[in-house]
Amino acid sequence: MSAEATRAQERPVTVELAKEFGLSAEEYQNALDILGRTPTFTEMGIISVMWSEHCSYKSSKVWLKTLPTTGPQVICGPGENAGVVDIGDGDAVIFKMESHNHPSYIEPFQGAATGVGGILRDVFTMGARPIANMNALRFGSPDHSKTRHLVSGVVAGIAHYGNCVGVPTVGGETNFHPAFNGNILVNAMTVGVAKTDRIFYSAAAGIGNPVVYVGSKTGRDGIHGATMASAEFTEDSEEKRPTVQVGDPFTEKLLIEACLELMETDAIVAIQDMGAAGLTSSSVEMAGKGGLGIELTLDTLPMREEAMTPYEIMLSESQERMLIILKPGREEVAKAIFDKWELDFAVIGHLTDTGNLVIKMYGETWCDMPIAPVSNAAPEYNRPWEPTPKASDVADSVFDGYSEELGDTLTKLFGCPDLASKRWIWEQYDSLVGGDTRFMSGQADAAVVRVPGQTKAVAITTDCTPRYCLADPVEGGKQAVAEAWRNLSAVGALPLAITDNMNFGNPEKPRIMGQFVGAVQGIGEACKALDFPVVSGNVSLYNETNGEAILPTPAIGGVGIMPDAMIAVGVAFKNEGDVILAVGETKGHIGQSIFLREILGREEGAPPPVDLAVERRNGDFVRGLIHEGLVVSSHDAADGGLIVTIAEMALAGGIGAYLTGFDGQHVRALFGEDQGRYVLAVRPDVAATVQEKAKAAGVPVTVLGETRGTSLSGRGGEIVSLKRLREANEGWLPAYMSAEL
Amino acid sequence: MKAAIVVFPGSNRERDAVAALEAVSGTKPHLVWHRDTELPKVDLIVVPGGFSYGDYLRSGAMAAHSPIMREVKARADQGVRVLGICNGFQIITEAGLLPGALMRNGGLKFICRVQHLRVENTDSPFTAKYAKGQVVRYPIAHGDGNYWTDAETVKRLDGEGQVAFRYIADEARADPRGNPNGSVTDIAGIFNAKRTVLGLMPHPEDAVEALHGNTDGKPMFEGLVEALS
Repeated sequence: MSAEATRAQERPVTVELAKEFGLSAEEYQNALDILGRTPTFTEMGIISVMWSEHCSYKSSKVWLKTLPTTGPQVICGPGENAGVVDIGDGDAVIFKMESHNHPSYIEPFQGAATGVGGILRDVFTMGARPIANMNALRFGSPDHSKTRHLVSGVVAGIAHYGNCVGVPTVGGETNFHPAFNGNILVNAMTVGVAKTDRIFYSAAAGIGNPVVYVGSKTGRDGIHGATMASAEFTEDSEEKRPTVQVGDPFTEKLLIEACLELMETDAIVAIQDMGAAGLTSSSVEMAGKGGLGIELTLDTLPMREEAMTPYEIMLSESQERMLIILKPGREEVAKAIFDKWELDFAVIGHLTDTGNLVIKMYGETWCDMPIAPVSNAAPEYNRPWEPTPKASDVADSVFDGYSEELGDTLTKLFGCPDLASKRWIWEQYDSLVGGDTRFMSGQADAAVVRVPGQTKAVAITTDCTPRYCLADPVEGGKQAVAEAWRNLSAVGALPLAITDNMNFGNPEKPRIMGQFVGAVQGIGEACKALDFPVVSGNVSLYNETNGEAILPTPAIGGVGIMPDAMIAVGVAFKNEGDVILAVGETKGHIGQSIFLREILGREEGAPPPVDLAVERRNGDFVRGLIHEGLVVSSHDAADGGLIVTIAEMALAGGIGAYLTGFDGQHVRALFGEDQGRYVLAVRPDVAATVQEKAKAAGVPVTVLGETRGTSLSGRGGEIVSLKRLREANEGWLPAYMSAEL
Repeated sequence: MKAAIVVFPGSNRERDAVAALEAVSGTKPHLVWHRDTELPKVDLIVVPGGFSYGDYLRSGAMAAHSPIMREVKARADQGVRVLGICNGFQIITEAGLLPGALMRNGGLKFICRVQHLRVENTDSPFTAKYAKGQVVRYPIAHGDGNYWTDAETVKRLDGEGQVAFRYIADEARADPRGNPNGSVTDIAGIFNAKRTVLGLMPHPEDAVEALHGNTDGKPMFEGLVEALS
């Protein structure tokens, strides 16, 4: 390859090329104005990814700024690779959730696998050893021809990557809805722990300091991946398969160990992974944050393919690569570590005082443009938006004609795709490696993972109810945060902070933009009221195919802390004769409930409102009881309402329930999805104490019954056996996945 | 008891093994890098779980040819106890310390769950603390655990007391499922002829404290400490 051959591959830079690269005519003109000349082909590629929705947050930034991001516990909020939160004793928890939606639809196995790899790098690049992975998945209707293939590929991809790197995948959520037929959501979250005095940031410093490339070699995979993730899908999306990257978890595992080993030395000035837009975003962001220039000479950069051009190298999204600024003279120390782990290591440039990004290769300069003006000029739009019209709760008339036996209704609900057991999925994930997993999916409302070598533990949950968000984005946004906070409280953890993964349709449509604005507003309100700030996040827009948008899905990843992993409480009933209590008020809100959709066949009404003051009071009360050792089993009452919550606790423990608390109540009391509620099981000798404490705290508590036998039963006899519920619950997903296409 | 844990690129359950050994023996085991050619003087060598070399060839096949494995084989010949867990079982089998081979799970999927096992032979320091026929629960987490050997070898393994553990279904439990991977005659773990080497797919090191939900793996490490101290 030579300069001549490179030039021969380049195309004339015009407004048409800019459009092909995803920029508008106006944005192209802006680039011309900043540079005072026509950009080179390489520069045009770099500018287009820097200004893509995926990298610039141009539609969302103005709203994201309104979110609360501070608190005494916050060490580092949004803007770095991940959020950092103090958990005491000189320890910090570092976490983020990120989407890999577009690639996972096109190539589910590699798309999901590299999603896991990318989020792991965001966390260990800051100095944390990853201790847990989670994932939030949304698929289309089970009846859709692609769904089975997508579920199978995504789950296998997550398993392939997470299992090999040796980070336990401890939980998540999986939903199905026709609105995801053309755009699935794959949101992956990683949580790591570090010492508060050993956290690494991305701002470059020190003119002349060496810029070092480590990890996998660069190939032609993923070129313009960030541009693809910033556009709607059409029929020809299949053609975008080459923009999907290919993951190598073995190299990632070596990269984790090598980077953490290097971090034990004092050789690093700054470090960042090469994620979306690869070498472009890492070099520009590191130099830009430090207010410096950076000069790269790409000839020595490790390459996987022959005859690569500077444009291809700068835009490649090859995986498992990191960019490091070293202190001068530490190259040998660092190289020895990467040699030991058999990873590539190359000094590819240095920091300068020019403020420019300079790219040299084959003896020529292919890019020389000022970083700050180009970064600062990244477009920022206040797009027009329409608020979503408010709905009201559904009238009692929806129940007309409903006369099904309760046991039959419960059996149907337990076998419906959203409530059916996801064992088929989570048994493919190694949830135990590390030996610190106290609770994983299905065992408790939040996963609980001990901090290695200590007694304290972090609790982790991912939550969002997209059907609520569609009906009312503000209440839906609030509810997602409140449910995350509730799930952490339900295991006994003190909620600390969240990461938000905003998945929406095309922001250029006012209706969709209105969903986004509403969700941000609701999230912000809940974060403020619950002292639960946003410390990291990711936005995925343009989740549309042929003009059909997904359900608005602001997925919330919540993290909490508890002093001892062993005080955590799970959902399973443990003993016969425990008293079953409902904490929180049941009004019977049935709009947007699972019951309404699955049993009555209607998706309508307002979602249940969230009273944040009540939420906080009830959660603080439950957490206090758990810390006092008064709670045997605990579960938040969410999808399906109180009766489903109780049945889930019974199934998890293999012990049934004798229920008296619903006698004479309307069906709404059984299946309503009122917020801020928990179901607890307590030993009979402390039940009175718990009720007194509730009275003192002003928290409504009612007795629903007691744990007993192997079925749900009441004064009228057996309602349904656990055996029947279990068959419905465990049967659906394996049967679905093994069915002939 | 002094122990060494061999670490390959891609090993990922060495920390679990360190924690289990340290908790039971009170002594921190040595971690030995795969490129080393010598082992410290130890009573037990553990080859831990993980994905050595990504298992991109055949599970354990690359690691079996690492420099340290010559030394592991020499020590095993001298009677030093060797415990291969999961990927470690695959590695020591590929290295020829145990007969047979480990193939892709019958269901073609990675599987992680708590599994019931029956202890088949207690005449070894690995299993001395269990009762013959005792049912224990260890977690499993593997994609290539389908143990296979020919019928004649299975007969010999049974006859010589070399089958250590078998997967069983326990109908009394909430999750009664048996053999997770299609292994021949439900074999989960085997000894060498002298019962100084044990390879098994399940993870006793992840069942040693209350946090793990059960402590059925602890007697294995207690038995080793008792016999080798």
